[in-house]
Amino acid sequence: MRRPSQTTPTYVTRRGLMLLGLKLGVVGGLGYRMRQLQVEQADTFRLLAEENRVNIRLLPPARGLIFDRNGKPIAVNQQNYRVTVVREQTDNPEETLHKLSRLIPLPPDRQEKVLKEMRQRSAFVPVTVTEHLSWEEIARVAANAPALPGVTTEVGLTRHYPELENFAHIVGYVGPVSERDLNRVEDPDPLLQIPDFQIGKTGIEQRVEGGLRGGAGNSRIEVNAAGRVMRELERTEGIAGQDLHLTIDKELQAYALKRMAGQSSAAVVLDVKTGEIIVSASAPSFDPNAFVFGISTGNWNELLNDPYRPLSNKAVSGAYPPGSTFKMVVALAALEAGVVGPGETVYCPGHYQLGRRRFHCWKRGGHGHTDLNESLKFSCDVYYYDVARRVGIEKITAMANRLGIGIKHDLPLPAISEGLTPTKAWKRRVHDEDWLVGDTLNSGIGQGFMLASPLQLAVMTARIASGREITPRLIRAVEGQPTAKPPPAELDISEQSLGLVRRGMFDVVNGRRGTARRSRIVDPENRMAGKTGTSQVRIITPEERARGVFKNKDLPWERRDHALFVSYAPYTDPRYAMAVIVEHGGGGSVAAAPIARDIMLRCLYGPVPPLEAYPAEERDKIEALRAAEPPVEETPPPSTSDRA
Amino acid sequence: MTFLDQADRGIPTGLAKVLHLNWALTLLLATVASVGFLMLYSVAGGSFEPWAKAQMIRFGLGLAAMFIVGFIHIRFWRGIAPIAYAAGIVLLIIVEFFGSIGMGAQRWIDLGFIMLQPSELMKIALVMMLALYYDWLPREKVSRPLWVALPLVLTLIPTAMVLQQPDLGTAILIVASGGVVMFLAGVSLWYFIAAVSGGVGLVSLVMMSRGESWQILKDYQYKRIETFLDPSLDPLGSGYHITQSKIALGSGGLSGRGFMEGTQTRLNFLPEKHTDFIFTTLAEEFGFVGSISLLMLYLLVVVFCLVSAMRNRDRFGALLTGGIAATFFFFFAVNMAMVMGLIPVVGVPLPLVSYGGSAMLVLMAAFGLVQSAHIHRPR
Repeated sequence: MRRPSQTTPTYVTRRGLMLLGLKLGVVGGLGYRMRQLQVEQADTFRLLAEENRVNIRLLPPARGLIFDRNGKPIAVNQQNYRVTVVREQTDNPEETLHKLSRLIPLPPDRQEKVLKEMRQRSAFVPVTVTEHLSWEEIARVAANAPALPGVTTEVGLTRHYPELENFAHIVGYVGPVSERDLNRVEDPDPLLQIPDFQIGKTGIEQRVEGGLRGGAGNSRIEVNAAGRVMRELERTEGIAGQDLHLTIDKELQAYALKRMAGQSSAAVVLDVKTGEIIVSASAPSFDPNAFVFGISTGNWNELLNDPYRPLSNKAVSGAYPPGSTFKMVVALAALEAGVVGPGETVYCPGHYQLGRRRFHCWKRGGHGHTDLNESLKFSCDVYYYDVARRVGIEKITAMANRLGIGIKHDLPLPAISEGLTPTKAWKRRVHDEDWLVGDTLNSGIGQGFMLASPLQLAVMTARIASGREITPRLIRAVEGQPTAKPPPAELDISEQSLGLVRRGMFDVVNGRRGTARRSRIVDPENRMAGKTGTSQVRIITPEERARGVFKNKDLPWERRDHALFVSYAPYTDPRYAMAVIVEHGGGGSVAAAPIARDIMLRCLYGPVPPLEAYPAEERDKIEALRAAEPPVEETPPPSTSDRA
Repeated sequence: MTFLDQADRGIPTGLAKVLHLNWALTLLLATVASVGFLMLYSVAGGSFEPWAKAQMIRFGLGLAAMFIVGFIHIRFWRGIAPIAYAAGIVLLIIVEFFGSIGMGAQRWIDLGFIMLQPSELMKIALVMMLALYYDWLPREKVSRPLWVALPLVLTLIPTAMVLQQPDLGTAILIVASGGVVMFLAGVSLWYFIAAVSGGVGLVSLVMMSRGESWQILKDYQYKRIETFLDPSLDPLGSGYHITQSKIALGSGGLSGRGFMEGTQTRLNFLPEKHTDFIFTTLAEEFGFVGSISLLMLYLLVVVFCLVSAMRNRDRFGALLTGGIAATFFFFFAVNMAMVMGLIPVVGVPLPLVSYGGSAMLVLMAAFGLVQSAHIHRPR
């Protein structure tokens, strides 16, 4: 039998109350802790919760567009269609890729790479399968979307250069941000960290990077603990980069490159009144689009090893002995110094004797009595040996600098050549040798140490033609706002001296026995003045001179003379100044002047200059050429996407 | 027969029992469980699937179990207490050898229709067993060492087995439940003082030995203890849970971020948000007001049980009720202290709110015992 359980539970009551007290104490402690966390420190924790959930994602801005002087597109942003796959949304990644490979080009090795990347990344991260698909391809993928779970088509912006090689040296190209790019700037723009972001690598794209890039937008997104994006909380669009209008004329630039094709050459055309660079062509060129997506090693080596150096911008970065095109500088220096009068003649027997050394004129028999006008017209060397010696190197160099040679012109381009205008101090400093009179003589005909870039020669020509201190400009407008241009100051050279030199240049092209007569423009409204130059790149030994100087065609290409020609037109009211160089092209009158004439005609008349502008003896040849190659119909500009 | 008549006088029989149920307690439990449904609905992103609906069904089953258990005479439960205790021990042995692995420890037995956690059952069985023991033991013998040693052994056997699993949280709860019954039965306070100071002394001895020649534990074991006590030493591991949990609580502020607006919960920053850490969701979405309200609800449940126990002249019923109330108290107190970073993380769910079948059923059945003691109390 069990004991009845009816003991009075006093102990239970007492102990129960004690227990209750203990429990109340614990509950009080818990309540106090709640207060501490949820009332006192609530703000801190609220902030931490926000930090947990909110991520800021940068939105790349649309890069500024680049146009030519007439608003034709040169660098645009093209929509880049790509296909991405999200692993967790696809049942079988291998099969999905296999299906995709029947719709778009997708080689097996690429499939392998994608699968590997998918395995490495989180299941919800989209992995790019292919980029740069055509509209047809992307449409095919989109149409088959129901059969391709996890596959999405996306569109981004990439740079495209519709003019291909025509602006490679000026505009340059963009490319993916490299480690070096990041190290170069002190406080890198966070945009640079965006994968696939493109940055200017060379040319204007690089030098005007700040303006073209624009400002980052951002998107505040909510993410979960695994980093998956849940929704967008706020979005600020980026500020698009500034649009640039160049001074270059796309059509003329294209013509110049076409005209010079096959030769290692360069041409610069300046607007004589404003200094705007209308053409800056360097041939051969390359397609900048190849660099945007990363160029293959094979193509790169091909460009690098080409003896015609397609990667270098010869028009701005090249430095060549100016040869006879420098004679205007010497003439002006002498006239201004008063060491020679306009009618004063120098006797040219075909050489100039300096002590035991003999300096030769290009014409073996000599020019006889030669005055200033004839010295330019016939390009007499002896005249300039004599005049240079009289005026001295310092004044020649000063005049060269005043005309823009030996000056580094300020343009948004890389590797701008300063040229070289030697002085006595310079030679002492660099070569540790005394300046010799022979050096002055060589400088007098633009040889020796003297070096100039085609751009500098064009500036020189523009300054002679205008009498003003023209400076070259490449950017016409930023965001549609014309860039400020202070009116060029007067050159401190007397109008009389300039007039004599201009007249000489006129006669070079139009005179009866002028060196460039075959390249004249006969339209009296648009006559061209100019000066040929043939600059030696080798030393002619006395033995060779005695035996007979080698003809250019008998020499290997790299030892032939450079052909140069500077000119401006119209003579009466100069509008365009130009310099053309054909590397190792032979004589300036034969190799360079016709190119200059053809470009100049297109500057003056547009794409199809009238036959009447050509000299009568040239017209048949031009007509035959035109018949053989009918002028291409002007195609409407390709529809380029604006910023999407 | 006369004795029985005497004993059962005034005790309702048949359907009249329904009227004598502790309805206030029933209502409180339903309220707490409803808070659970609400939170599980929220945690699932505003959906009854996968948790809220299942939890409601279980609570329904739990209520039924509570009624059935409650309507059965308390004498019956006293009679089967030793059997329940023995069965609990057997189940713990079974789970040791055949149990399935859950959360890295062997805890569960698959009974086909439900995953049973024998340690849950053991807690209640122990309380029943000790209540029976002190019901039988004459009052004057309660504090004699031999008679103290016996319930201590009864408590420590299942505790050791649960620690073996290893499930530190439940082991602590078992010791605490056993201790509370002994405390209520009137075991001299000196034993408790001795036990507490002994424990403290042992722990300090172990900790002090570190780096001494007589070091008791291995170095890596000390490291483990360190991170256990201070999770911030391991911010990406165990510290992550507690940091995120505190952020959720704190960001709730005074009035909360609003129902289903808790970012910590919704964006998965909280681990085990539907089980052990569900309190953080409530605290985040309903703030200080919400969390203190839940705490008060829990306290009310405990107070109701304790009052019922103190008014019960049946020693078994009183001790049983008090012991179950204490078990329940330890449940929520340890869970809340854990998620608020007051004590290290041990796996203890929030009673009636956390998602979990066997815990809910066992707990409701235990409240059935409380009801039975209440209905069948001597009048």
